Amino acid sequence: MPFIPHTEQEVQEMLAAIGVGSLDDLFEEIPASLRLSQLDAIPTALSEMEIGHLMGKRAQQDGQPVCFLGAGAYDHHIPAAVWQITGRGEYYTAYTPYQAEASQGTLQLLYEYQSMMVALTGMDVSNASLYDGASALAEAVLMAVRANRKSKSKRILMPRTVHPAYRRVVHNIVKNQQVELVELPFDPQGGHTDPAVLEQYRGEDFAALVIPQPNFFGVLEEVDALTDWAHANGALAIGVVNPLSLALLSPPGEWGGQGADICCGEGQPLGAPLASGGPYFGFLCCQQAHVRQMPGRIIGRTQDLDGKVGYTLTLQAREQHIRRSKATSNICTNQGLMVTAATIHMALLGSEGLERAAAASYANTRALVEALSAIPGVAPLFDRPAFHERVLRLPAPAAGVLRSLAAHNVLGGLDLSRDYPELGEAILVCATEQRTAEEIAAYAEKLARVIQLQGGVTCGLVPKE
Amino acid sequence: MLIFEQSKAGRYAPAQSPLDKADISAIPAQFRRRRSAALPEVSEMQAVRHYTRLSRKNFSIDTQFYPLGSCTMKYNPRACNSLASLPGLLSRHPEAPESHSQGFMACLYELQEMLREVTGMRAVSLSPAAGAQGEFAGVAMIRAYHEARGDSARCEILVPDAAHGTNPASAVMCGYQVREIPTGPDGDVDLEALKAVVGPHTAGIMLTNPSTLGVFDRNIEAIAKTVHQAGGLLYYDGANLNAILGKVRPGTMGFDVIHMNLHKTFSTPHGGGGPGAGPVGVSERLVPYLPVPMVTREGDEYRWLTERECPESIGRLTAFAGNAGVLLRAYIYARMLGREGMPRVAEFSTLNANYMLKRLQALGFQAAYPQRRATHEFIITLKKQAKELGVNTMDFAKRLLDYGFHAPTTYFPLLVPECLLIEPTETEDMATLDGFIDAMGRILEEATQEPGLVKGAPHTLPVKRLDDVKAARELDLAWQQRDAG
Repeated sequence: MPFIPHTEQEVQEMLAAIGVGSLDDLFEEIPASLRLSQLDAIPTALSEMEIGHLMGKRAQQDGQPVCFLGAGAYDHHIPAAVWQITGRGEYYTAYTPYQAEASQGTLQLLYEYQSMMVALTGMDVSNASLYDGASALAEAVLMAVRANRKSKSKRILMPRTVHPAYRRVVHNIVKNQQVELVELPFDPQGGHTDPAVLEQYRGEDFAALVIPQPNFFGVLEEVDALTDWAHANGALAIGVVNPLSLALLSPPGEWGGQGADICCGEGQPLGAPLASGGPYFGFLCCQQAHVRQMPGRIIGRTQDLDGKVGYTLTLQAREQHIRRSKATSNICTNQGLMVTAATIHMALLGSEGLERAAAASYANTRALVEALSAIPGVAPLFDRPAFHERVLRLPAPAAGVLRSLAAHNVLGGLDLSRDYPELGEAILVCATEQRTAEEIAAYAEKLARVIQLQGGVTCGLVPKE
Repeated sequence: MLIFEQSKAGRYAPAQSPLDKADISAIPAQFRRRRSAALPEVSEMQAVRHYTRLSRKNFSIDTQFYPLGSCTMKYNPRACNSLASLPGLLSRHPEAPESHSQGFMACLYELQEMLREVTGMRAVSLSPAAGAQGEFAGVAMIRAYHEARGDSARCEILVPDAAHGTNPASAVMCGYQVREIPTGPDGDVDLEALKAVVGPHTAGIMLTNPSTLGVFDRNIEAIAKTVHQAGGLLYYDGANLNAILGKVRPGTMGFDVIHMNLHKTFSTPHGGGGPGAGPVGVSERLVPYLPVPMVTREGDEYRWLTERECPESIGRLTAFAGNAGVLLRAYIYARMLGREGMPRVAEFSTLNANYMLKRLQALGFQAAYPQRRATHEFIITLKKQAKELGVNTMDFAKRLLDYGFHAPTTYFPLLVPECLLIEPTETEDMATLDGFIDAMGRILEEATQEPGLVKGAPHTLPVKRLDDVKAARELDLAWQQRDAG
């Protein structure tokens, strides 16, 4: 019997000890009318070898196309040591560290993770993770509504340059608590949120302003001006950042005069494989003043009975298992294993390694944009500084172009027509440090051919204004 | 020692990052970081040794028995990890086109179908990232259903007093008020109390069955009828699904919506606190509201169902498809169990629990519900020991650590004083159970003869009992450079 160790003799001994005749007798309290007899739609068991064959086939079936897709999930190098250590049974199969004395490994690691996130973001404190970047933003929004004592409002200013899936997730999670998201338009030339658009809201009551850096288009926002505007208008500033970019970019804790109040984002670039979108982890950091409004697990350093340093879950009075309906969030599980990987990843790379990976991604994307822009009709859409993603306008329908590229084993980018129809035929591209000069050249060559075949510039497609 | 304390300025692991440092001077200075982040500066071997050593300060399923009630700490098969980590699966970008996703999507589709069958629900969405997010999705669907019918007076979710803390917290996140229902003396929900409070304001009830008291609620059909007649819906918290897998289906019990904890019943790893996965299943009337994305099959092709195809959906709750890697592990586990393996999960986890209860009772431990049949877990109460010996549940729990056993769940559910909630799972053998029982017997003797030994436990772990009050009063949540001095 797979994963069940009992011998027939042991079963008989155990049944005798209990005083019942059969396994079925153990279910005597369940009304007979409810009992199930068949599971026809479930296939019969496979051995490890058989499921190995099946999974091998399926993994191969999807190919391994060359990835120029980013849009919230990035193909970075992960040192071999990261998952070899993370996969140790002592991390992989441990439970939530509620029994602190039996969990010092995980607890110290999480404390180190919190310390690293504080160093990277320039904030005072970090929690021990949430599910992913999008749900972390939703939690950050709810946290801001609770934490902003100057504001009586549940309104949040949300730029359209925030990842569209994040905006949807935030809406889906906060709407039943009557939180209202007010969308801010972006500048059509720069692809950023012009601080001047905020002027129409001056004097109105908002709980927070969300500030993405870099934004969904890869463009750098005027984070200092936006943060200062929020503070001048009684709103908290919530940064949504790519943690790898922080190796190069100004940390949220230093934005504007006072720094952002809360920052969050997707931890995937720190050691999590693409893996179809998860598991990743969301991170959430804040200034000390707001720590009691923070959701999720937090680890603190303390002492044992002998005065020896130890680590434990702390501020648990915020959490559902203690406060129930009055908790800061319903969250229970976090993404502990992904944080284990991220901590080892950050330790291995250090700030020097992260800077090199970030800088190489930035440079590769510039090289990609240059190579692709040489194709007639292809041009970058925004003229402002960007990190490692750029929006390109195509002279042919984006969906068809991307399909053709995929047939040539290239994931050419994300079609923006669904979320940003005003951009016309536009795609979002990314080249991380893993993309080689040859891959970039091959992409350019294939794109030129595909565009030519699809009629290229002659099809006369002009972006809608 | 912290990794930060092993740091030396100027050291790093050069093999781990690009050899050349690319020029970033085109990024205007106003956007750039002025000082490098103060991350540890260590060699590759230092990092490997540090985190390997730290791992040895953990209990884990691979090294210890974890009889944690309501957490289902069963063996996590190695094949699930290695097969879900095949290069083609790890490298798939979440936005990859369907043409390059058919293998992955086939796994998700088949998992949806298997979960549908074993829970008796009409449809399943795999996307919630954890049990609590599954709960949120479930209650949000209940709300969407009532709102679509214009039934807007329903403002209350009923939750038994034995429920997990996530239940009331999830209901509140969906904008509901929570009302607690008391438990009767035999561990079933107090049906009369329930009847007294249901009405036109009832949106639904959230139940775990078997409950966290370790008993199957025999009145479940009457509860379902009562709530349905009042116009409310029934929510099934799948935390204890292991107890009835392949034996009883929540759909048959009358539930309208259910979440499953794949990191419990379907043996995906707990990972030191996550990631989990919390798929939801629904009855016919809630199908339009299921969270996206889901996978459907058209002919021989798998297609995504997103906001576009499901306009009434409560939407997505994470940016992509939830914890996809966890879903793959659960899929692989389910295929290895197969149809014949699923009921065995319920049977042998129940066998193990009842065996342990019987033997512990023989040693003088008091069952919370001695007149009931235990399910896959059970409660003993140490009220008597706490009163007579001055040794409480936490002391027992900590002393168990010295014997090499992870403690059971302590002080939960809240309504049983000085309780231990014990769940052995089906993957533990008789000798391990006997070892735990013997340890409990010895601790009871110690508590009688040398209570100080138990009250001061643990004695053999990397640290003794920690000062939680100090941790909360003098918050130290991150290492600072100044700590080095």
